[in-house]
Amino acid sequence: MPVEIDRQEVRRLLERGAQLVEVLPSSEYDEDHLPGAVNVPLRRIDGQVAALLDQNRPVIVYCWDAA
Amino acid sequence: MSPRAAWRLESLGFAKVYDYVAGKLDWMAAGLPTEGTNAQRPRAGQVARADVPTCGLGEGLGAVRDRVRGQGWDAVVVVNDERVVLGLLRSKELAQDSGLTIEQAMRPGPSTFRPFVAIAEMARFMTEHDLDSSPITTSDGRLVGLLLRSDAVRESQTE
Repeated sequence: MPVEIDRQEVRRLLERGAQLVEVLPSSEYDEDHLPGAVNVPLRRIDGQVAALLDQNRPVIVYCWDAA
Repeated sequence: MSPRAAWRLESLGFAKVYDYVAGKLDWMAAGLPTEGTNAQRPRAGQVARADVPTCGLGEGLGAVRDRVRGQGWDAVVVVNDERVVLGLLRSKELAQDSGLTIEQAMRPGPSTFRPFVAIAEMARFMTEHDLDSSPITTSDGRLVGLLLRSDAVRESQTE
């Protein structure tokens, strides 16, 4: 079950090697994204994503806000 | 959107999936750095003056005014021990009776802006609303600095 986290926990996990994934469309990612994040828009999450990300490391997903 | 993405990743075999629900807005509102095409454009938090004088609610207006003007300022931000913005005194409020307390003299609950707002947007808003200065705060209300309209307009013209 995915775990909801706040900003402090994001920073802690990043220090431990977590991967950041922005799931917004690429146009929004191109303008601003968190340092080191990769872009995988929600509609493009499929089996190929497994090849892009390391399944052995934590993954943090985010979009614009909680709305 | 991110909850669905988190569940989808889990369904693909990812065992440690976390959802930063407050997202990019929360990150940027805290004044943290970003990457991307907008990252090089000046924003309110970068142009705001972090050295703006501050004071507490219980201080006397006369003493604060002397201190502030001695530092070359005509504005002071009222904060608590956590640097959360409680009020603002611009030149008009600073010119009041010296016997008042800051709490009595201040403009309470001033409008504040987040550090990620584009400087051109700030310049336009401050000009339209005739604001000489505006506090820039994090999403939890902590002071980042005071943005002067003159600085905002100048920076926006160099973009």
